Amino acid sequence: MVAKPTPSVQDKLAVHQLNVYYGTKHVIKNVDFSIPEHQVVAFIGPSGCGKSTILRMFNRMNDYIEGFRHHGQVCLNGQDIYQKSVRVEMLRRKVGMVFQKPNPFPKSIFENVAFGLRIQGVRSPRLLREIVERALRQAALWDEVKDDLDTNALALSGGQQQRLCIARALAVKPEVILMDEPASALDPISTAKIEKLILSLKNELTVVIVTHNMQQAARVSDRTAFFFLGELVEYGPTADIFTHPQEKLTEDYISGRFG
Amino acid sequence: MAFISDRFKETLFRIYGMFTTWIGIIVLVVFLVDIFLKGVRRLNLDFLTGFPSRFPEKAGIFPAEVGTLWIFILTAAFTIPLGVAAAVLLEEFMKKGRFASIVEVNIASLSGVPSVIYGILGLEVFGRWLGWGNTLMAGAATLALLIFPVVVLATREALRSVPRAVREGAYALGATRWQAVWHQVLPASLAGILTGIILALSRAVGETAPLIIIGALTFVSFVPDSPWSEFTVLPIQIFNWTSRPQPAFWITAAAAIVILLAMTLMLNGIAVYLRYRWKKRLKW
Repeated sequence: MVAKPTPSVQDKLAVHQLNVYYGTKHVIKNVDFSIPEHQVVAFIGPSGCGKSTILRMFNRMNDYIEGFRHHGQVCLNGQDIYQKSVRVEMLRRKVGMVFQKPNPFPKSIFENVAFGLRIQGVRSPRLLREIVERALRQAALWDEVKDDLDTNALALSGGQQQRLCIARALAVKPEVILMDEPASALDPISTAKIEKLILSLKNELTVVIVTHNMQQAARVSDRTAFFFLGELVEYGPTADIFTHPQEKLTEDYISGRFG
Repeated sequence: MAFISDRFKETLFRIYGMFTTWIGIIVLVVFLVDIFLKGVRRLNLDFLTGFPSRFPEKAGIFPAEVGTLWIFILTAAFTIPLGVAAAVLLEEFMKKGRFASIVEVNIASLSGVPSVIYGILGLEVFGRWLGWGNTLMAGAATLALLIFPVVVLATREALRSVPRAVREGAYALGATRWQAVWHQVLPASLAGILTGIILALSRAVGETAPLIIIGALTFVSFVPDSPWSEFTVLPIQIFNWTSRPQPAFWITAAAAIVILLAMTLMLNGIAVYLRYRWKKRLKW
């Protein structure tokens, strides 16, 4: 029971008949779905099911993988982002990403957040300071680091580093943030902070989050997509997926019978 | 029985391992002490600031010191931009494929070419074709070629040690490949690159053969004052003195060896320090 919506502009992200190959391996098979604006959408499924691959299609991070090919469409605001005319750097300003392992740059906290602006040519120190502060506040990190903006980001704890990476992504004002298991390397308290943060971001942008943790998907997301072996098995409102899954496979996965 | 003999083998191997480790260190220490004891009585300010002379007691190494310093700076000026740029191109920009691996194999085998061969190349290309003769420029350019593969390999190693996640983080913010390299990867690997460059330069400073081939002088009674000046360097001065028949010159050579060793050990010390600082700062 896979819903097949027609492309429409109010969908922030949409995927049509997407197939992805790494060399001869067919990793994504005929996937169709769309993500409305201002929603948190969770991708769940066992390891190797293709959820991270799909996530990385939205900001074209797979372009760097050797042997990567795809056909079908991946759209942002109704426009295919794999068209030749699309400049991938421009796309990534609109579609930010937070990785599984916090990956701050080995520079100061300030420079980490300012980097996205600097490469866009923002020079004004006042403007930079303003935006850095706003991004750090938005990522709920400002109070902890406001006196240490010049310290090296690698000195922060893992949870702080991950919120710094979120602040870094927010600083360039993206329309979408992709999160690839953002809390899997963190302790429960840091995880709770990140989850609260995700909920607060929904008003301003669209969030797509890959997670191994089904309770996390249930807590933060409006919609959930369940992938298995490269196929989209089921996609719908999170409450429905977790209480009345339509597919036997989904039910088996969320009830912990495999995975 | 088998148990005892295995233990015995282990003990034997330990003794052998100790022996091989220490033999290198002991030989080096004996050599250093010997050289130092021989040369120490010639080590004074007059020796450091004096000019060569046909009287061993009056001979100084000032022109050779200045020549070595010139060679160090000019070689660095040639080799850093070339070597680092080549490494960045190979590591960050070039598609991995047939061509890349051909270039890679060639650079690796260049580092195995004897230095005399580089001297002949330098003599022909810089000395004759470009008409640089036996000047500092010709010498430095030749040595830059000699250590170019070492700088490329060391720089690539340093670039490779920057985690993929740093590059991905930059790309994900809309950085171009150039911006990711220039703003993140290069600064993060700078200490590693510098370490490699310093070690390579300290090798260049100790080279003799290629400079003799391009025609560096052996008796210099002036201080080189520009890159287009003729010159000598410490290793050549040492070589010259050790090949004289009078034993008094051998003492002078020993003193010069102490100075040359001090210079290269200092460079290596800086490299070790940089690497230590770098490792301490970055823990990913």
